Amino acid sequence: MSISLFYLIAFLSIFFSVMVIFSKNPIHSVLYLIITFFTFTIHYILLNAQFLAIVNFIVYMGAIMVLFLFLLMLLNLNEDSEPMKSNLLKIAGVIAGMSLLITLVGSLKSLHISDPVILQTQDLGLVKNLGKVLFSEFLLPFEVSSILLLVAMVGAVLLAKKDTKRI
Amino acid sequence: MENVTQAMQGVPLNHYILLSAIVFAIGVMGVLIRRNAIIIFMSVELMLNAVNLLLTAFSVHHNDASGQVFVFFIMALAAAEVAVGLAIIVMIYRNTHSTDIDVLNKLKW
Repeated sequence: MSISLFYLIAFLSIFFSVMVIFSKNPIHSVLYLIITFFTFTIHYILLNAQFLAIVNFIVYMGAIMVLFLFLLMLLNLNEDSEPMKSNLLKIAGVIAGMSLLITLVGSLKSLHISDPVILQTQDLGLVKNLGKVLFSEFLLPFEVSSILLLVAMVGAVLLAKKDTKRI
Repeated sequence: MENVTQAMQGVPLNHYILLSAIVFAIGVMGVLIRRNAIIIFMSVELMLNAVNLLLTAFSVHHNDASGQVFVFFIMALAAAEVAVGLAIIVMIYRNTHSTDIDVLNKLKW
């Protein structure tokens, strides 16, 4: 068990996220995205953020990915109907993304932070500690986010419902 | 669990920032180069996850639990965003019979 575990998992996250955007078949994209989220869960475990690891596992890999897969199956999208951009636009997009990356890395070089990430208190990311913070300091945002979820639910049902009057 | 987190003590903060920047840039590239609306949504999810990882790393580094609470809120927001966005995609598909975003170019003129 050494520090190289982080670098292995980091390499896997980058590799699978590249596969998400470059694979032709949308179903494969979703499956690669699930693996990417799993590597992020391992990152959270390595940072001892256990609550976030569980929530990431359940919400992202469980709920959101099932939603994506359901949509792909319902719409019956496959490789033949997959629209692709022209090569010129693809190269332009990759160059633009690389420019953003180079800008970020260049600004990072001038920062000179290289302190190792040290876990000072062992129970920082546990449910007990996070719950205390969430229900004292962040009580109002928590309630507001519940309203946001309700609005999203109503909005999703309203949007996806078939409009009977128009037809 | 104790051994795993002890092993993580040596990773510099720079490398977490670098990993998040790379994944974020990959998400941006995905938005730029794909035409399928569903894949664009997946790229947005990748960007949100990169930010989540960075917030968690900074939270552990500064020994402050607020960062991890923010990540929790971002996850709630991502769930809401995905629900509404996929409903919009279903409606677009019903009207145009494809999820190609280049079909929806009427707002350009």
